[in-house]
Amino acid sequence: MSKKVLVLGEVRDGALRNVSFEAIAAAKQISDGGEVVAALFGDQVADLAKELIAYGADRALVVEHPHLKFYTSDGYSQALLALIEQEKPEGIVIGHTALGKDLSPKVASRLQAALISDVTEIEGSGDDAVFVRPIYSGKAFEKVKFKEGLVFITVRPNNIAPLEKDAGRTGDVQSVSVDIKNLRTIVKEVVRNASTGVDLSEAKVIVSGGRGVKSAEGFKPLKELADLLGGAVGASRGACDAGYCDYAMQIGQTGKVVTPDLYIACGISGAIQHLAGMSNSKVIVAINKDPEANIFKVADYGIVGDLFEVVPLLIEEIKALKVNA
Amino acid sequence: MNIFVLMKRTFDTEEKIVIENGQIQEEGAEFIINPYDEYAIEEAIQVRDQHGGKVTVISLGSEEAEKQLRTALAMGADEAVLINVEDDVEELDHAGAAYILAEYLKDKNPDLILAGNVAIDGGSGQTGPRVADLLGINYVTTITKLEIDGTNVKIVRDVEGDSEIIETSLPLLVTAQQGLNEPRYPSLPGIMKAKKKPLEELELDDLDIDEDDVEPKIETVEVFLPPAKSAGRILQGDLKVQVKELVNLLHTEAKVI
Repeated sequence: MSKKVLVLGEVRDGALRNVSFEAIAAAKQISDGGEVVAALFGDQVADLAKELIAYGADRALVVEHPHLKFYTSDGYSQALLALIEQEKPEGIVIGHTALGKDLSPKVASRLQAALISDVTEIEGSGDDAVFVRPIYSGKAFEKVKFKEGLVFITVRPNNIAPLEKDAGRTGDVQSVSVDIKNLRTIVKEVVRNASTGVDLSEAKVIVSGGRGVKSAEGFKPLKELADLLGGAVGASRGACDAGYCDYAMQIGQTGKVVTPDLYIACGISGAIQHLAGMSNSKVIVAINKDPEANIFKVADYGIVGDLFEVVPLLIEEIKALKVNA
Repeated sequence: MNIFVLMKRTFDTEEKIVIENGQIQEEGAEFIINPYDEYAIEEAIQVRDQHGGKVTVISLGSEEAEKQLRTALAMGADEAVLINVEDDVEELDHAGAAYILAEYLKDKNPDLILAGNVAIDGGSGQTGPRVADLLGINYVTTITKLEIDGTNVKIVRDVEGDSEIIETSLPLLVTAQQGLNEPRYPSLPGIMKAKKKPLEELELDDLDIDEDDVEPKIETVEVFLPPAKSAGRILQGDLKVQVKELVNLLHTEAKVI
């Protein structure tokens, strides 16, 4: 049976996040030929709604309100619940981002609905859809389905392929006015962390350092390599515990779970708790002095050597490749 | 101040997952307090030490969670509550778990509830916000700093590496992110004292909850391990040659750069 599915898009730094397009692709599959309605909240975001249609949404709803400039669970849940009331969707898809993780359980609770979060793959469509999600931070996976009621999921960034962008696609963009009030949380300020330019969960390339990096200073060549590849810098728990870097950079079972196209592990031994956070990356490169290091067991390509020798060579070689290309 | 912590017993992070007959094998595995809940317990103790009051740690699960609750008491929590659902329900979804916790908490007048931002087993992070919603109180997730002054609360929240400075008020539920504090190890006197601290055990009947109230709306149809990664290629030769080959492989074979 076809379903009407509502997708909440997400804006960061004035642009839609990729996960929004991935969420539309997921919604298409759940809808099984039904309608996909995209929603966008914020302050002056209407222009971006057309892009959601170009990526496959049939139409878009925009709620603009000064109270939606910063995300708060109260503000965003009021806006989303108002749209759900208006549209009565049979499915809802949100990105499993900081925003999605915070918002979705509250909305599910309001709707007395189940929620399958952090979905990495959808098998089947419509009523037969089965959702694959990691458990134990990716050490195992489970397939889960809804027994009844609303199909409500969050999708992990970087896992479900977005549909091809078609700038010629047309669809209605409707502005909806929602009364948003009684916010119990006030966001006073957002402090950008300079060390993580690209968000780890969405990065296509991650260059990650472990104890072998030896100091905060030691992360510099890794940052240079990451910048060159348009990627982000991550770290193992060992490096964070040693104070070489911020905990926000930690990848592992405690920390972030990432699935980039390319993961370059530098001076990381490969403790189980770290492997849980990165072993589902598409291609893994390990650079480590110790040929017995566990990390080589999950690496596609390994170089046994000192990261402080290998990484600068790697930077040089990739620069040369870019010049020739 | 009336402080509650929601705590889950989980597999140790160093455990490998073994599946037999479609089930994750628990036998022989080491269990710990969910690491994010440890931050919540530590923060609760610090808030109590600063503002007075009582810390009650609640765990929903089986009898085995008593061990982790005793550890929380040894760290410095005052009381523990085990809601043992082992005999009553086979499976709980997040809505069900949150409902049970909220039914317990609804007449306890909590000022502050703390939990981990996610459990490292199920990994969905739903329970905290759902409990707050059922209780009608505000919540803030993934916090790295908490300052309480009367009923005013100042929070720093981690948002994918950025920090949000937030103001809100009690009553409140917060979920802990790494970096909030450094959880203490239980001291020997703490462990001795913990043995005498109250640990209440409840079942669904004691909370007037019927099994039908917590009937899951989702169902796990399969649990499986990711395909084992076969060890890749260790490159050979002079470092410069290796790096050249690596870049070539990443460009032409793996096509990721």
